[in-house]
Amino acid sequence: MADFRMPSLGADMESGTLLEWLVGPGDPVHRGEVVAVIDTDKAAIEVECFDEGVIQELKVQPGERVPVGAVLASIDGAGAAVPPSGSAAVPPSVPVAPSMVEPVHVLSPLVRREAVALGVDLAEVGTGHDGLVHRVDVEHAAAQRARPAGPPQGGRVRASPLARRLAASAGVDLAAISGSGAGGVIVAADIGPGPSAPPPSAPPSPAPPARAPEHGTSMRQAIAALMARSKREIPHYYLTHTMDVSATLDRVRRRNRELPVEQRLVPAAFLLAATARALEAVPELNGTWVGGAFVPSARVDIGVVVSLRSGGIIVPVIGDAAALSAEQLMPVMRGLAARARNGRLRGTELAPPSITVTNLGDQGVDSVLGVIYPPQVAVVGFGAVADRRAVDGLLGVRPVVTVTVAADHRASDGAIGARLLNRIERLLHEPQKL
Amino acid sequence: MTMTVSSPAPAPAVETATYREALRAAIREAMTRDDRVFLMGEDVGRYGGCFAVSMGLLEEFGPERIRDTPLSESAFVGAGIGAALGGLRPIVEIMTVNFSLLALDQILNNAATVLHMSGGQLNVPLVIRMTTGAGRQLAAQHSHSLEGWYAHIPGLRILAPATVADARGMLWPALADPDPVLIFENGGLYNSSGPLPADPATIDIERAAVRRPGDDVTIIAYGGTLATALTAADQLAAQGMSAEVIDLRVLRPLDDETLVGSVRRTHRAVIVDEGWRSGSLSAEISARLVEQAFYDLDAPVARVCSAEVPMPYARHLEQAALPQAADVVAAALQLAGRHG
Amino acid sequence: MTPEQAQQVVEQAIVSAVPDADVGTLGPDDDLRETLELDSLDFVAVVESLSVRAAFRIDEEDYRELRTLARAAQFVAAHAPA
Repeated sequence: MADFRMPSLGADMESGTLLEWLVGPGDPVHRGEVVAVIDTDKAAIEVECFDEGVIQELKVQPGERVPVGAVLASIDGAGAAVPPSGSAAVPPSVPVAPSMVEPVHVLSPLVRREAVALGVDLAEVGTGHDGLVHRVDVEHAAAQRARPAGPPQGGRVRASPLARRLAASAGVDLAAISGSGAGGVIVAADIGPGPSAPPPSAPPSPAPPARAPEHGTSMRQAIAALMARSKREIPHYYLTHTMDVSATLDRVRRRNRELPVEQRLVPAAFLLAATARALEAVPELNGTWVGGAFVPSARVDIGVVVSLRSGGIIVPVIGDAAALSAEQLMPVMRGLAARARNGRLRGTELAPPSITVTNLGDQGVDSVLGVIYPPQVAVVGFGAVADRRAVDGLLGVRPVVTVTVAADHRASDGAIGARLLNRIERLLHEPQKL
Repeated sequence: MTMTVSSPAPAPAVETATYREALRAAIREAMTRDDRVFLMGEDVGRYGGCFAVSMGLLEEFGPERIRDTPLSESAFVGAGIGAALGGLRPIVEIMTVNFSLLALDQILNNAATVLHMSGGQLNVPLVIRMTTGAGRQLAAQHSHSLEGWYAHIPGLRILAPATVADARGMLWPALADPDPVLIFENGGLYNSSGPLPADPATIDIERAAVRRPGDDVTIIAYGGTLATALTAADQLAAQGMSAEVIDLRVLRPLDDETLVGSVRRTHRAVIVDEGWRSGSLSAEISARLVEQAFYDLDAPVARVCSAEVPMPYARHLEQAALPQAADVVAAALQLAGRHG
Repeated sequence: MTPEQAQQVVEQAIVSAVPDADVGTLGPDDDLRETLELDSLDFVAVVESLSVRAAFRIDEEDYRELRTLARAAQFVAAHAPA
């Protein structure tokens, strides 16, 4: 028996609304099969399941909003589910079934007596280096038990009263937030922008039943919270580099004459491919800043900013982008943009990226200096391709694009950002390799 | 010791004086303005006061109004109560708060209670001044901070001037109060200097004062710990944390509005109290903040108090037992999830 | 293909490629990409869709003929096989 739970479809997602079940009780389901449509505050997402089995019970009805980690359905006949890291969140507390615990061999009667006296279950006690349970292990377990349960132990979330009040009024689920206060306590700053004016003295009334807010409004709030957090926490540095892209444009033009119309290329695919390859060579910008340290990402998962005509943005991810050529990236980008725009992204397309790319060149801007999407450490921006005067031995007019990187100075220094931009430039000069 | 603090309502300062001189000026003014006012206590006359506050007043006002008393706190505080009941406006000086315990029976059972027991017929317009606090190597029988005990008693108003302006200005409104008022003078402040307000009548004995505005944490202090709090605020500012410093001024009744209002804005509070932590004034303030500002607190209320030991004599031990600026800084940073 | 039919084909191509674009607000001489906020990916989708519907290959060099609704209709009317 396994539970199908509300997945976390992005670092900033705290809850979601079940829009539609694509399966019913009794239906067999397979790993990777799309079983439900979830409305995050950003888009409707088709969510895959991670187990094999038969749907036993649907526990959440369409229209219900539940926190990340809440059980949506139970699946019969499924083994222990291990969701791939990043694409689905495991709730903080997963009780361990007794049958899964290895039996322990206790040698000393003293240890038995101590365990009884302290009310410690020996099956849950860790062992010493020799694999045996010692008295000190029992005492340690008793001490652990006596300590107030922290978030990983499950139960009550540790949050300040102010953080609780803000979370309640913002409809934020505390269980989905990691705290930055002393000892990991959730404090107001973790909830998002706090109230600027002092609140009234009356004690807060209980939060009204959550009514799903208008999409635009809640997306705006999500963006506001995330971007404010970024600017509050991340010391950005910015680098700008204008690059000659005549070789790339020649390549695009030549290939487009040969390719069928439906495979037609745009320069943006080459810019993205160059960025992905360059990040392989500059891993210092590809990853996340977590708990005061940089955690590099093994793959280049690029978040691509798609702006919605109705307002707002959505950042679907192209997984392992460095493994794809520019021409392979093209259909991926088109599919992603189309699904993002009509609000039908797949769950895996909203996995957390390791870096974000924003391209405002089509809007005609010269350059874009982005705001880093926490906990990532960099955002690469592309401006418009434009003909500019250039001196390269000879004076001439060449197509150029201004590429920028905004990076987290905690995680890297300017020289690293410069290395990335130089690398992108070199790759754009040899588009046949992209 | 030099203190640079702002007065609660910035009155034009005409001159600088020491805390001691300000107290003396206040007594002189009261004696001059009102014939019913007189000063009595141990060594206040010929010796000029144990801490030289009343130096020269005997010569100025004569032995009828500057009265040396026997070494019996119970007797002369009782006499003061009687004089107040009889229509005079006595100022009674007790050498230190430790000695005031001998007069606790008079203060609690008579001064604070007579109005109630007489069915509202008999007010006791008495002012008692006494020294409190440590830091001067006077050991465990002269150094404690017991004002929190007095702040427990209904019927009393408890003042703790921390600035020269308050030392100058609090006595007259205290004498004007129809009920008993106790003024606690931290011994470490007598030599401090600061601006003397031109018009001492503007000073109230109702409200706490924000001595330094800030946004990230409220540091609540009074009397001898105000300077500690302000030093800590300077150090916190250097580390990017903006501390608001509140001087309680009035320990009973507490000015909840100012305290709670500040914490509602800063969401964090550190209380600095030279008294012992258990059952202290800091405990009372902490409880009120939790009662009235619970949903605005972003961290537990923190307290920096004296070590729970009889105050040591040895200088290094005495300093170790007292709240220090570094302790306040560490407590504030801890509340913000930072470690300095 | 008449210019009227051609305009219809262009409009259909836009709607099918970019369903959330508001073609109703589009004047005959408005800049297509600017008015409908089409990025390069949207635009290739429109070109592809138009190529299929009008049944002739549209090359990159022809993009300037697709700047406005009126010009695109003219272009399609002139090149579409009868």
